[in-house]
Amino acid sequence: MQRIRIRYAKRGPLRFTSHRDFARAFERALRRAGVPIAFSQGFTPHPKISYASAAPTGVASEAEYLEIGLQATVDPGQLRAALDAALSPGLDVLDAVEAAGGSLADRIEASHWRIELPQVESDVLRAAVKAFEAAPEVLVERLTKQGRRTFDARAAVARIDVVEAAEPSTAAADAPSDERPSGVPAAPCAILDLVVRQVTPSVRPDDVLAGLRVVADLEPPVPPRATRLAQGTLTPQGEIVDPLEADRPEAPIGER
Amino acid sequence: MSVATGAAGMRAAESVWPQLEQLLPQVSKPIQYVGGELGAVVKDWDAATVRWALMYPDAYEVGLPNQGVQILYEVLNEFPDVLAERTYAVWPDLEKLMRAHGVPQFTLEAHRPVGAFDVFGVSFATELGYTNLLTAIDLAGIPLIAAERTDADPVVVAGGHAAFNPEPIADFIDAAVLGDGEEAVLEITEIVRQWKLEGCPGGRDELLLRLARTESVYVPRFYDVDYLPDGRIQRVVPNRADVPFRVHKRTTMDLDAWPYPKKPIVPLAETVHERYAVEIFRGCTRGCRFCQAGMITRPVRERSITTVGQMVRDGLEYSGFHEVGLLSLSSADHSEIGDICSGLAQQYEGTNVSLSLPSTRVDAFNIELAQELSRNGRRTGLTFAPEGGSERIRKVINKMVSEEDLIRTVVTAYTNGWRQVKLYFMCGLPTETDDDVLQIARMAHEVIKAGRAATGSKDIRCTVSIGGFVPKPHTPFQWASMERPEVIDNRLKLLKQAINSDKSLGRAIGFRYHDGEPSLIEGLLSRGDRRVGAVIRRVWEQGGRFDGWSEHFSYQRWVEAAAEVLPQFGVDLDWFTTRERDELEVLPWDHLDSGLDKDWLWQDWQDALSEYEQDDCRWTPCFDCGVCPSMDTQIQIGPTGKKLLPLTPVNPGLRAPARA
Repeated sequence: MQRIRIRYAKRGPLRFTSHRDFARAFERALRRAGVPIAFSQGFTPHPKISYASAAPTGVASEAEYLEIGLQATVDPGQLRAALDAALSPGLDVLDAVEAAGGSLADRIEASHWRIELPQVESDVLRAAVKAFEAAPEVLVERLTKQGRRTFDARAAVARIDVVEAAEPSTAAADAPSDERPSGVPAAPCAILDLVVRQVTPSVRPDDVLAGLRVVADLEPPVPPRATRLAQGTLTPQGEIVDPLEADRPEAPIGER
Repeated sequence: MSVATGAAGMRAAESVWPQLEQLLPQVSKPIQYVGGELGAVVKDWDAATVRWALMYPDAYEVGLPNQGVQILYEVLNEFPDVLAERTYAVWPDLEKLMRAHGVPQFTLEAHRPVGAFDVFGVSFATELGYTNLLTAIDLAGIPLIAAERTDADPVVVAGGHAAFNPEPIADFIDAAVLGDGEEAVLEITEIVRQWKLEGCPGGRDELLLRLARTESVYVPRFYDVDYLPDGRIQRVVPNRADVPFRVHKRTTMDLDAWPYPKKPIVPLAETVHERYAVEIFRGCTRGCRFCQAGMITRPVRERSITTVGQMVRDGLEYSGFHEVGLLSLSSADHSEIGDICSGLAQQYEGTNVSLSLPSTRVDAFNIELAQELSRNGRRTGLTFAPEGGSERIRKVINKMVSEEDLIRTVVTAYTNGWRQVKLYFMCGLPTETDDDVLQIARMAHEVIKAGRAATGSKDIRCTVSIGGFVPKPHTPFQWASMERPEVIDNRLKLLKQAINSDKSLGRAIGFRYHDGEPSLIEGLLSRGDRRVGAVIRRVWEQGGRFDGWSEHFSYQRWVEAAAEVLPQFGVDLDWFTTRERDELEVLPWDHLDSGLDKDWLWQDWQDALSEYEQDDCRWTPCFDCGVCPSMDTQIQIGPTGKKLLPLTPVNPGLRAPARA
């Protein structure tokens, strides 16, 4: 069975798809594109799809990953193009490589986020970030399936910076103009650049924003817009390595 | 005023997305408000002459799969100068935010304000969507009362089965279309197009007059209703010249010429039906006396086996759905249903496509079909609908099923491997007594006993599902009195006790039912006249929304509103619901022509009371219901003798579908 690993994006308005919504759309796209997907055995066979990640509903992403199992061998490049065409614009298939072994999930250690905070001044955000960084622990609350939980949002944050708004985000630059998150261009918009380690319970952009509220009373007047720019292994230098790198044929043997 | 923008175009059509986007993180399931589905069509606003906003007045998850809206959407958008977008009812969480932030009712395609469109078409499958209509009109910034609208407001048009008596919403709509929509929307489009190209002469009034003159679009404002001192209607007459006395329903003949939906809208959000649905025929002449759909959609018009096969193939390829629904009012009655089922089952054998036939016919043939369709291993559920518990009541409703038939059929299902079947009945039928309903328990016991004996297994079940009867306009039961909710609820309680009176049998029988209260309100709305409009408005003002949802429906709110506004007219809730009408009473929908001869309906009502059955005109001579001659239509059925050929896989391998 050929296994193919896929990187996809959730952009613009379609960032409001939940993980389940995406999963249904993806299964239909497999059929529309004529992908020879493999099925599990059993009375109700399921297509072989395993998701390595799921961005929260409402959060855009440039870097979600999944793996599929196929009954017949296909060219990953053609598969990428066919699947991309079969999905709604805004759910975009960016990359596909044949799996070279190992576990995709194991290669996801951290996420790089960009959070736009419209109508927030950069200086205000900077001060909040400073307070956040200075705190040894920032306790936030979230409603989980197990009920209300309190956990530390600080320790998982490997890096937190305020970037200048003039610098165009990867997300916005990659997306076609009509899918770009529409903002309020005239008003200020502070931007948070964030690297968060994968921990349990997971610390999500919302939790970091909740942390900024805790340490500095930062209350964005309108809902912030978060985008996952990358996820993968975290180097000692703080860089994130695309988890598909190790699967590429040209990758050095040692990394496969 | 330029021709390109027209009257309604005076309102800005800019996208509300920037404002809406800020609200979506705060509501549940935001994806339902985003659009962007496969099959959705976004067109250039300025390039269109006639612009339709189409609504199904319920939540997206219920509204999106609606066939009517999908068909009209596609038919309209095939014209280069016509633009159609969709809108659905927003949940109260978003409604509140929209009001707080001044965001109007919007369409999903380009998030344009509904108020900027020329025509706002709303499809009613049930009267319980009326309060949601008011929410949408109000959120759109359109005056609630049609008479207060100006040339800048869209023309609000109601369609769907409930439009066969639109009198309760007559104050809120500008027009109603009776019958099949495919050709009607195009005729309306042409009238709007001409009127706009001429520079909108005479404004809104002239446009409505032109629509009324077609004799198939009902414009309530051109008719006056006079009442008798006792509250009954004296007459309904046009209040101006050149408006027809009666408005006739539309019938689309030759379904093969209208193979829609070709490009079904594939939702991103989860919806109640995720399947490619193809209507295999329209109309039904089984003659079940409670069934409004069967009465108002006559005659039977079949889609041919070859068209059905082609639609399924194209629809699946386009959509990526893996379920197919073969829809109609009684799908096993298609003249070539056996060949359709075996042909499709063969074509999709070994794939993951599952086929379903939502047929409730009580006979062994139905099981044969279900068996054909489950070749892929997936067993679809089996539902049989005897509708009435006793032989007597089944004669009253003209559901010709004997108890032996039912037991034999269900036992056949059990012996063929089905572990569970569903039996559907109604409660509150005309002339019904407690005993008629208690017979349901006896029947269910017999079914389980016979099933256990035939299979030698205790592992068989049946579910008894009870719906409340609501008398509907244009049916023989339009004169009938409704039973009070307390009586219904008591009967259901007795039935439950009777089912469980034998513990061993009762354990194998599931029991599902609806309370009597919502049915009574549905009855008020379905047989109401213009005076009921004030009740709807009052309920809506008091917060009434999503009345089809038990968690949102409030009986109390309807009862209080009725008590508040109806006495001024000398009538009340009971007058509309539990009162039996006599032969000579002018009914609120008498001026709306479904083709059925009122004398025939009355005769059929009398036959019901004397427990006399009526055959199906497809297999026995015409019984003069009146539809074919008055509508100039005829039965269109096969067999064509054609078969579905095995599918040869067209270029196996990857394909990159065009992004629609």
